Amino acid sequence: MSVLVYTESEQGKLKKVAFEVASYAKAVADQLETTVTAITINTDDTSALENYGVDKVLSVSNSELNTFNAKGYAEAIQQAAEKESSKVVVLSSSANSKYLAPLLAVFLNAGYASNVIAAPSNTAPFTVKRNAFTNKAFEDMAISTDVKIVGVSSNAFGLVETSGSATTEAFSPSITDLGIKVESVDKASDKVSIADADIVVSGGRGLKGPENWGMIEELADVLGAATACSKPVSDLGWRPHGEHVGQTGKPVASNLYIAIGISGAIQHLAGVNASKVKVVINSDPEAPFFKAADYGVVGDAFQVVPELIEKLKAFKAQQ
Amino acid sequence: MKILVCISHVPDTTSKINFTDGDTKFDTNGVQFVINPNDEFGLTRAMWFKEKQGAHVTVVNVGGAETEPTLRKALAIGADAAIRVNTPATDGFSVAKQLANVVKDGGYDLVIAGRESIDYNGGMVPGMIAGLTNANFINNCIKLDVEGTSVTAVREIDGGKETVSTSLPLVIGSQKGLVEESDLRIPNMRGIMMARQKPLTVVDPVDTITETASVKFEKPAPKGAVKLVSPDNLDELISLLHNEAKVI
Repeated sequence: MSVLVYTESEQGKLKKVAFEVASYAKAVADQLETTVTAITINTDDTSALENYGVDKVLSVSNSELNTFNAKGYAEAIQQAAEKESSKVVVLSSSANSKYLAPLLAVFLNAGYASNVIAAPSNTAPFTVKRNAFTNKAFEDMAISTDVKIVGVSSNAFGLVETSGSATTEAFSPSITDLGIKVESVDKASDKVSIADADIVVSGGRGLKGPENWGMIEELADVLGAATACSKPVSDLGWRPHGEHVGQTGKPVASNLYIAIGISGAIQHLAGVNASKVKVVINSDPEAPFFKAADYGVVGDAFQVVPELIEKLKAFKAQQ
Repeated sequence: MKILVCISHVPDTTSKINFTDGDTKFDTNGVQFVINPNDEFGLTRAMWFKEKQGAHVTVVNVGGAETEPTLRKALAIGADAAIRVNTPATDGFSVAKQLANVVKDGGYDLVIAGRESIDYNGGMVPGMIAGLTNANFINNCIKLDVEGTSVTAVREIDGGKETVSTSLPLVIGSQKGLVEESDLRIPNMRGIMMARQKPLTVVDPVDTITETASVKFEKPAPKGAVKLVSPDNLDELISLLHNEAKVI
C-alpha cells in the first residue's frame, strides 16, 4: 500500500526533480499513514533518496531502457505499482514523465492529474491543486479512481529533507515490444535545459537580432541558468523553437525568470506565471511585463545587461 | 492513409479567464473559441499528407453542438469529413475513451492530437488514445514523415530533440514546430463554402465513468507593484535578488 514515486535520472545520476517528487510522495504517504517506495530505472546510486522520505527503492537495471521509452517505462512503473499495491503514484511534470503518464494511467486504469502544485488538500475524495488555463488559474481536481497518478510541477513543492533509511531491492519488470526506436539524440550536454533550470534568462525582440544573443548566454552562464526567448524571436528564426516560452511554447516554472527586451504579451505571461520571481529589463516603461514582474529595470538592455554581468561576476566571486 | 485529427475547442489565447457558479465553471461569456493551437499544427501537417500523399483526413471533437463552428473551420481549412461525439468534454480520460472508440470504429492509421489543450492543460488525451487503442505513440512531435507503414519522426525533449522510428498505427502529440507557423492556414471563402457541403456526423457517446472532476477554480492573487531599480544602481538589484527574494 506504499505511495510509489518514479524518480528520474540522467546518465545514471538522479535529477534534482527526483528529490522533489520524493518529497511530495512523502507528504502524501504521511497523510495516508503509509510508506514511500521509489522506482528508479538504470540509476547508479540511489542512496540519496532516503534523505527525502523514501523507505524502499525498487532498482530496475535493464539495457532495453537505456534510452527513454514511454511505453517501456510505463510498463515498469505499472508493475512496481502492482507489486506495492500502490494507490497513489507520483511522478514529475517533465517532458518524459508527461509522455509516459497517460499510458500508465491506461495501464493502471487510474485518474491522472498533471501540473500539480501542492500536496493533496484532501485524501477522501483525493483532491489536488493544479495549474490550468496555462497558469492563468488554479484548478482543484478530485480523482475518484482506486489508483491515482499525480504529476508534480517543477519547483512547486520544493525539497523537504528528512532523516531516514531506505532498503534497496533489485526489480526486473517484464517489458514487451517497445514500439518506438530511438535513432539519435541531439542534446547540448553542457547546457542547462529550461525544464531543469532554477533560473531562466529570456530575450525578446528588443534584442534586435540573433547576433546580440551573446550577452543573454553570458548572463545565463554567470547564473547557471537556461536561455529562452519570446515567440516573435523563435518565429523570426533568431532562436530555435525549443527555447520559445509561452502558451504555445514551453511553460517555465523556475525560481527566477529574467525577461530582457520582452514586452509581455498575455500568451507569454501565461507561460511564465508559474515562475516565483520575475525580473524585467526593458527600455519601455509602459511594457505590460512590468505589471507582472517583481523587480524591474527601465533601461537599454545593451547597457544594463553587460553591466549586470560584470556586477554578478564580482558578486559570485565574493560568495 | 486514413488520418484522424482530434480538435479541441478552446478559448482564444488572448482570452481573459473568469469563472461562474461559485468558481466551479469556466465563464464562456464573451470568449472567442478557436481550434486548440497544438491541434492546428497537427491539422496543417495532415493537410500536407492529404495533398502530397493522398491521405483522407477526418477531424473529430467531443462536445456539444456549440463546438461545431470549430469543426466547420477545420473542414474549411481542408479536412474531408468531421465527427462530433455528442457529449460534453468532461475529464481527459473520458474524452480519450470517446476518441479511442472513434479510432477503433474508423480504422485510422494515424491519429493526431495536440500535445495538450490550452484550457485544462491535462496533456493526457493523445497518450491515453494510444494506450486504449494499442497504437504506437510519439509525444511532443516536431517532425513527421510516413512512407507506407514506416514512420520517422523527431520529438522535442528537455534540452534538445530526438529522432525516432516506428510504424503505423500511430498516435502523435503535435505541437509548434511540426509545421512552420507561417504555413498555418486561414480558411478562404471557397473553403468556407465547400465546408458546408462536407459531412459532419454526430455520433452518440459510449458509456464512460468520469475519473477526475473539477471541484473549484481560483485565479492567482493580484500581484504587488513592481520594485523598480535604477539602471545606474544594479548592485541594488543583485542585493534584492540575494537578500529579499533569495533566488541567487
